Amino acid sequence: MNMQHTLSVLVENKPGVLTRVTSLFARRGFNIDSLAVGVTEDPTLSRITIVVGGEDTSLEQVAKQLHKLINVIKIQDLDPHEMVDRELVLFKVNAPADRRHEIIEIANVFRAKIVDVGRNTLTIEATGADDKLAAMEDLLRTYGIKELARTGKIALSRGLREGA
Amino acid sequence: MKMNGGQALVRALEDAGVDTVFGYPGGVALPIFDALYDATTIRTILPRHEQGAVHMADGYARVTGRPAAVIVTSGPGATNTVTGIANAYMDSIPMVVITAQVNTKVLGTDAFQESDITGITLPITKHNYLIKDVNELPEVIAEAFHIATTGRPGPVLVDLPADVSKSEVTYKWPASVNLPGYKPTYKGHAKQIKQAADLIGRARKPLIYAGGGVLASGAWKELKDLAELMQIPVATTLMGKGAFPEDHHLYLGMPGMHGPRYVNYALTETDLLIALGVRFDDRVTGKLSAFATKAQVIHVDIDPAEIGKNKPVDVPIVGDAKGVIAALVAELRKAGAEPRTDAWMRTVDDWRTRYPLHFTHDGERLMPQLVVERVRELTKDRPTIIATEVGQNQMWASQYSRIREPRTWVSSGGLGTMGFGLPAAIGAQVGRPEHLVIDIAGDGSIQMNSQEMATAAIEKLPVKVIVLNNGFLGMVRQWQELFYDHRYASSVLPQDCPDFVKLADAYGWHGSRVTCPAELDAALIAAFDHPGPALVDCRVVGEENVFPMVAPGGSIDEMLGGLPGGPVSDMMDDGAVTEVWE
Repeated sequence: MNMQHTLSVLVENKPGVLTRVTSLFARRGFNIDSLAVGVTEDPTLSRITIVVGGEDTSLEQVAKQLHKLINVIKIQDLDPHEMVDRELVLFKVNAPADRRHEIIEIANVFRAKIVDVGRNTLTIEATGADDKLAAMEDLLRTYGIKELARTGKIALSRGLREGA
Repeated sequence: MKMNGGQALVRALEDAGVDTVFGYPGGVALPIFDALYDATTIRTILPRHEQGAVHMADGYARVTGRPAAVIVTSGPGATNTVTGIANAYMDSIPMVVITAQVNTKVLGTDAFQESDITGITLPITKHNYLIKDVNELPEVIAEAFHIATTGRPGPVLVDLPADVSKSEVTYKWPASVNLPGYKPTYKGHAKQIKQAADLIGRARKPLIYAGGGVLASGAWKELKDLAELMQIPVATTLMGKGAFPEDHHLYLGMPGMHGPRYVNYALTETDLLIALGVRFDDRVTGKLSAFATKAQVIHVDIDPAEIGKNKPVDVPIVGDAKGVIAALVAELRKAGAEPRTDAWMRTVDDWRTRYPLHFTHDGERLMPQLVVERVRELTKDRPTIIATEVGQNQMWASQYSRIREPRTWVSSGGLGTMGFGLPAAIGAQVGRPEHLVIDIAGDGSIQMNSQEMATAAIEKLPVKVIVLNNGFLGMVRQWQELFYDHRYASSVLPQDCPDFVKLADAYGWHGSRVTCPAELDAALIAAFDHPGPALVDCRVVGEENVFPMVAPGGSIDEMLGGLPGGPVSDMMDDGAVTEVWE
């Protein structure tokens, strides 16, 4: 079955590890939809969150290959119902003086923040899960999105199932 | 103790138990070679090309089970190792390759003789390192050997910049390695083992399909115990040759593209496929959807990524073959299991008699298969290692030799590297000085690394090269004959260029030529008895094919050539066979 997976990969925080991980996906012809990396509570470990779509069996094979990398400590294919996931997006939106108000209102509804005000633009910082950010992007599109940057999704499994 | 990085490296190699380095120096490798010059317990062999060095380390590891080190310089020295490393990676052969590198300060600036060798070898090493701090050196070398030799073995590369090898370090060999992300599973799951033993105890038509993993884990005795206890026939892959004695009545042969018909028939009809240290390679399985369709599958492998990769498995067992097979045998003994394979063995033996490997020998023309057969017969009573090049020579060597001891067969499996045989034979001879080491070669393959004839001559390694000289890139020509309407594009090599006897002479080898069967034995005996390296140029018939053959992508029981016989379904209609169905 073909569906999106969110893989949470705990790795040693060492040079070259990200390349080792991502090149495995490339070698198998997977396109990584989203990628986020950062140090964990233990400075010797980093967590890589990868969102990737593909055939379940071939993705399982990639996960097994990932396990074989010496620097990979642990891999979780997160269950969409058992995880919390967030992404941060910056939108730079066209904002002529007469429409600025509407845009600020949208931002408020989505609990987003205005982080920069230009002569003709507003830059909005929004965090959330996919659907919320997609809805917001859709609304802002009517004003004209000049630039957009996203951090890539980060995710953790819910509850007490895992400490790290 | 204080020393420089080069000296620390050599010291670390000694502490890792390395007795042989295959090394080729160059600018930034000089601090290392300078230190090697003082090494007393390490033999350093100078090849004539870095690819040769890696294949030598490969051959050495295959026959001894121990890793050697390869040391080369940066840039072209490092990139020349790539084919050898890829070969070792595909066949899970342990080795540590040390590449010198430009100074850390100029890394990434396209400095003279710089290449990003850790980047280049990322997909073909089990792991690799770039050492930027000399204090890490002992630990990295210890880790490199640990990773190379444990779990599923493989090549590890260590890139060592020149300024690091010149820096001073207080040397201390680590007592243990700390690799939190690397914990191979050796012990099989007890419940799975029990389930597998149950299936084996009940199977009427079981078949063991054993590969390189059995050799890597040293499980040949356990394999023999299992096969004999339950009277199960054994097929060994190209990589598994030697894991089971080939003169044993339970030994079948190599499965797949050029396996004998009876092996492929057995694979097609078996009701329980016991796969040990194999990876269901496409050269074995042919069309996957038609492979062993009547069988339940037990798959034992130390690499969890191999299980279920190509073929769905009923009983997966992740673990080391030696321990797992021993546990299976113990479980079967405990259950008082008895062989139930009488009828199945009669069927298999019937196929074996009806569809043996076969070639036409008229006594006039020199047949390549005959050469391999005579090599086999003339070396029967002496410890012999057979290495091969890649192509027809390799398949005939596999079909017609009888490998009776583990670690006496040296052939490039997964990568199919032409030019592998001679340097691998040289490495094998270094590792096993008392053995007669023979490279069954083709006239194409041998020319890909023939410069190593110098290494054999100078290092006094008396390897024997038997060239099956057919004037073609034989396997390419065979495919062109069968699938490309006899259009021999770029596959014709004049039989007399080079003159192999003169080439042998040029390197100080014993050289001889055989043009007809009558001359064969004398030339082979002379070569084998010669104290130094020797080459026999066997002018064999040009357009002989390796048969039988499964067409690429075809079902393995439908084979071309050899004695006539259709798919196995047509072979199942006589009395001896029907019995099996009950």
